[in-house]
Amino acid sequence: MNRTLKEKIIKRIFFLFAIVSLFILGLIVVFLFMEGLPIFRTVSIRDFLFGMYWYPTSEPPEFGIRPLIVGSLVVTFFATVIAVPLGILSAIYISEIAPGAVKEIFKPVIELLAGLPSVVLGFFGMAVIAPWLQETFDLPTGLNIANASLVLAFMAVPTISSISEDALYSVPREFKEASYALGATKFETTVRVIVPAALSGISTAIILGMARAIGETMVVLMVAGGAAMIPESIFDSVRPMPASIAAEMGEAPFRSDHYHALFATGIVLFFLTLGFNLIADYVSNKFKEVGSGTL
Amino acid sequence: MRWRYFKQNVFFLMVRGSALCIALAIGAFLLYIFYHGVGAISWSFLTEPPRDSMTKGGIMPAILGTFYLTLGAISVALPLGILSAVYLNEYAKQGPAVRIIRIGVNCLAGVPSIVFGLFGLGLFVVYLHFGSSIASGALTLGFLILPTIIGASEEALKGVPSTFREASLALGVSKWQTILRIVLPNALPGILTGSILGIGRAAGETAPIMFTAAAFFTPLLPRSIFDQVMALPYHVYVLATAGTRIEETRPIQYGTIVVLVALVLGIDLIAIFIRSWIRKRKRW
Repeated sequence: MNRTLKEKIIKRIFFLFAIVSLFILGLIVVFLFMEGLPIFRTVSIRDFLFGMYWYPTSEPPEFGIRPLIVGSLVVTFFATVIAVPLGILSAIYISEIAPGAVKEIFKPVIELLAGLPSVVLGFFGMAVIAPWLQETFDLPTGLNIANASLVLAFMAVPTISSISEDALYSVPREFKEASYALGATKFETTVRVIVPAALSGISTAIILGMARAIGETMVVLMVAGGAAMIPESIFDSVRPMPASIAAEMGEAPFRSDHYHALFATGIVLFFLTLGFNLIADYVSNKFKEVGSGTL
Repeated sequence: MRWRYFKQNVFFLMVRGSALCIALAIGAFLLYIFYHGVGAISWSFLTEPPRDSMTKGGIMPAILGTFYLTLGAISVALPLGILSAVYLNEYAKQGPAVRIIRIGVNCLAGVPSIVFGLFGLGLFVVYLHFGSSIASGALTLGFLILPTIIGASEEALKGVPSTFREASLALGVSKWQTILRIVLPNALPGILTGSILGIGRAAGETAPIMFTAAAFFTPLLPRSIFDQVMALPYHVYVLATAGTRIEETRPIQYGTIVVLVALVLGIDLIAIFIRSWIRKRKRW
């Protein structure tokens, strides 16, 4: 066989494998829609997204996922509030302050935190944090927004920390040296020069951390309490979207309205996280520093 | 001047404080888990099936199930991931097509695990009639870890100096032969490290296998890839929430968690060690 022809064929074959990821992404969309869209024969899209009541098993059933969406957003918001300072400050610690030996240990520790199975963290929230919250604040239950946000924050910290650290690390050394040469302290250099230069990477880190928190299932399933209501305080129970899907899919009769409604909830969740990821991708490319001359 | 250094000291205190806070949280968590769970671990715990509605006996079927699911997932994801990364790093010219593929990989990495579960249910369990089985679960987990494998393989391929490729091409070797004989062997340790991290991820995931593979309890061990299995993460979930005799199952619960955490962290630690070893002995 002609050698150039053979090379061309091989290249084509590799290309086919490269687009597998896109193909899977497409398949996910197709199957979510195939199993999810039939619910809109029963409920209008508006009533589904903004309906106040999620009573899928009562007679007649109600399929409004507003409390589930609010639940997801609330726990993600509080998790972000906790995780962002911890993640960014620990990234600054690793890249600017930590002595070599500490850095060698601390970086893998953060990676290990990222690897901990979420079901185990969920169990920790149930068995340790919940009773503590309940006693300390004299609550009817410790399974609530506060608990879920705290555990989710610790799941988001490794994402935020490691991506921010990459961004801080890739700030050109000349910037730092120029700042020191002008007489700035290490603090001034870090806060006024290095962090601003790494800002696009840090923003990407925050967005991806939030995406991680909003899509996390086991923690909110086990720890958020499961009440499908609009919360009034951070000690109320909520039922975020992933928790609802995971808890109810096992009992929903095959291809019933309830089954379709859970897939439709999956569609909402999918596009929400897709949005977060596309924004992160846009931010990291738009404001990418190509070299030291671009700032 | 003093004020400037005072600000610096306060800031550094906060930075060190948050690092310490994370380290302490991880430390306390691991200590708590191992303190409560190590006592339950014994040879019979690891080799016997559960008895008396899970209040006695061991977790052998769950360990075996997780092993099968993980093995299946990595056999799906590793070839796909390596081939995909070779295209992106060796063949593709920068342009809109590659840009779109990369966005696709990033978005796939961000798909929530429960959505993978729904997808696996829709495609494998229902549409392809695999039922809730090892096959469905392993394929779902394989797709879930594909972006991890692609990312790690790309990084490993990037680490192979371009002079290696140029030298080979200059000798008249074809591009395909260069990739097969020069680039891949040199990138292999890095690729394997990444796949080990993928294995750790697959072993610990619960949500994707809830509807696609995992069984509450199976009296028999799986005999084909179309059988349901028990799995360690799902077993932890079941014991934590579904038991009617929670107090009696607690020792087994903690034991299962210790096995799962030790397994996943052990796998990750191996990967981290191999990686730092590769970095140190690099010859170029």
